[in-house]
Amino acid sequence: MSILDVDFMRYAFAAGAIVGLLAPAVGFFLVQRGMSLIGDGIGHAAFAGVAAGYLFGVSPVATALAASVLAAVTIEWLRSRYGTAGDQALALVFYTGIAAGVVLISAAGALNANLFSFLFGSILTVTNSDLALVASLGIAGLALIGLLYRGLVAVSLDPEGARVTGLPVAALHVMLAGLAGVTIAVSMRIVGILLIAALMVLPVIAAGRIAWSIRSTFFLSLGIGLVSVLAGLTLSYYGDLAPGGAIVLLAAAATVVAMAGRAAIAR
Amino acid sequence: MQLAVSLRDLSFSYPGGPPVLRDVDLDVPVGQFVGIAGPNGGGKTTLVRLALGLERPTAGEALLFGQPANRFEDRVRLGYLAQRALLGIEAPVTVHELVSAGRVPRRGLVRPFGAADRAAVHGAIERVGLHERANTPIHRLSGGQRQRAHIAKALAGEPDLLVLDEPTAGVDVEAQDAFAQLLEELQVELGATILYVSHEFGAVERFVERLVLVSGGILFDGPPSALPGHWHDPSHVHP
Repeated sequence: MSILDVDFMRYAFAAGAIVGLLAPAVGFFLVQRGMSLIGDGIGHAAFAGVAAGYLFGVSPVATALAASVLAAVTIEWLRSRYGTAGDQALALVFYTGIAAGVVLISAAGALNANLFSFLFGSILTVTNSDLALVASLGIAGLALIGLLYRGLVAVSLDPEGARVTGLPVAALHVMLAGLAGVTIAVSMRIVGILLIAALMVLPVIAAGRIAWSIRSTFFLSLGIGLVSVLAGLTLSYYGDLAPGGAIVLLAAAATVVAMAGRAAIAR
Repeated sequence: MQLAVSLRDLSFSYPGGPPVLRDVDLDVPVGQFVGIAGPNGGGKTTLVRLALGLERPTAGEALLFGQPANRFEDRVRLGYLAQRALLGIEAPVTVHELVSAGRVPRRGLVRPFGAADRAAVHGAIERVGLHERANTPIHRLSGGQRQRAHIAKALAGEPDLLVLDEPTAGVDVEAQDAFAQLLEELQVELGATILYVSHEFGAVERFVERLVLVSGGILFDGPPSALPGHWHDPSHVHP
């Protein structure tokens, strides 16, 4: 029987393909802004969202989505409004998220295997409705990035010059933070809350070592992200492994190979 | 006479700090090439940031083309090269990509580039003499070439007011001379208003129509030929 004959694997591949493109597409602009770790902070807030979903008996994906977007926008707001150093804003959201998650999950009595599927990803749990959510939000996110690509590049290259010439720098930063929140929420079924941030960052770092322009870095990031997810899911199916770990290890391997290749060429 | 920049009784200090600028009055007519010089820490950069509406004055007002600078809406008319302009991006950036970014405000956030935009980008690259290096990553260029690429980015938006803050800092003297020559040509061809900030002023002194010395306020405002001898090296001006 082929891997694609299995319903849950078809769902996992379809959702994974979107996640594999969306995560590095959003992560690309976060890495350029020096905010590589924001995904971790948002991920911990998403954990609190999942816990709230269990406690209140509503969809954990929906509550994680709300918590992620709220956390991402809060980080951006703290940075811009109060000049809070990026890592301090991140620390506040990071620790508040994990603490709230622990309190809520213990209150809900939901410290079980199903929770682990959110933390580390699980190919068995991707349902038809999960796929619909990932597809609709993921494709909308990719379309938004495509539409605003030039503006996001301009703002990343020179935020102050962009502000002088009238580009809505603050609005673009908030939109990007919101997209990071959406990405984490829709990706957690496949990659897991604790590992999705890596899929936003590692493909971009790998691509940056071998690319020759912004555009090539962006598209190579997407390619590495997509291949990591599809290959990771395949490994996970045949090896009975947690998909998040397999995917991120492959992305990490791609990063190490790209760094080593760059170093060899430089010699 | 239309004014590109007008500063009226303008003072500025950072919260809790001493005044950086006090009682500054400065009118810059459209089309003028003005050099702004003075010692490090004298308030040159603060002055242009106030003029561009990036900072709010603690007293007085700053106008851009007759409108309050912080509420000026037609910002596509501005071009700005910040002090020690660095690429705020980790990825490799080609000259073409950098210059294209300068065209985005003029085109609008979501509209795709048209023929006129591509021509403006190409023209800006050609104007600074980097057309053969358009696809070269910036980090492979010399210091002088990098500065020219940043200027091309500002030019791609076809600005009416170009503000350059220490554009040749860290660039060798030969490249500074070439850069000053380029600015003079641009000012003549485009008729743009140029504010050129520098504490090393020798290279453009012979091109600017007007020199403004800034050190906590305006100490001198006139043609470079009228500059008192003891102030001739503006980097050592003391009130």
